[in-house]
Amino acid sequence: MKQITASGQTVEEAVQSALEQLNTTKDHVEVEIIDEGKKGLLGLFGAKRAIVKVSLTKDPIVEAEKYIKEVINNMNMKVDITTQVKGKHITFNLSGENIALLIGKRGQTLNALQYLVHLVLNKDKKAYYTVTLDAEGYRGRREETLETLALRMADKALRLNKKVALEPMPAYERKIIHSKLQNHNSVSTYSDGVEPHRHIVIKP
Amino acid sequence: MKALIESIVTPLVDHPEDIVITESEEETKIVYHLKVNGDDVGKVIGKNGRIAKAIRTVVYATKSDSKKRIYLDIM
Repeated sequence: MKQITASGQTVEEAVQSALEQLNTTKDHVEVEIIDEGKKGLLGLFGAKRAIVKVSLTKDPIVEAEKYIKEVINNMNMKVDITTQVKGKHITFNLSGENIALLIGKRGQTLNALQYLVHLVLNKDKKAYYTVTLDAEGYRGRREETLETLALRMADKALRLNKKVALEPMPAYERKIIHSKLQNHNSVSTYSDGVEPHRHIVIKP
Repeated sequence: MKALIESIVTPLVDHPEDIVITESEEETKIVYHLKVNGDDVGKVIGKNGRIAKAIRTVVYATKSDSKKRIYLDIM
């Protein structure tokens, strides 16, 4: 972590000078006051300068973006990342050539990477973020696929008058199916099994 | 490949200086041995091996120059 000590007539001036030296803004630093300083008599006698220690805090979002870039570069691929922050939810959009390789079968590589990014992002436990890693609209396409699958499997359950179990999926993919079938009149859904084998069962 | 494993693991652990990755080539596969500080073992394996599984998924997805199968061993 980068840190410097700066001094000034007042605490504020000292902090300001430190920020200029670090070339950053107040949101990205932690300030520790070492000496508040004294004005002194008429600003001349016995005046003591204020001293502060300013350290650059790492922005976890920037760190996470760096992490994604580094890992993907080491996979010998080149991607562009655009980052969207909505409150505590962060979406990283990846695009580039050979993106299919990065998504993997049913998104398993993308999901694995997303989980690792989630770990890096929440490592110091200061704030809890949720992460979505998307690759050229893959999540959106997958959502459509899952919704059609949900309807098709609901039909199948009704036709056979039997429970239909789907293959294991991560939580947010199950959620898509649950919410799609929530208002369906003749079937109900529940999840069965233990992670990572938890899967949806559609019951007529 | 070593650089990839290192870049994945380094930010996850508390003692990045203790990461050791060695490579050994066998007849049909290349095995990478990953060693971390004793306190960090849990951080690279995770509950029910969830983190280990994610690391392996990313590593195995990478195209390698050789035709041999890649295997990641976490110790």
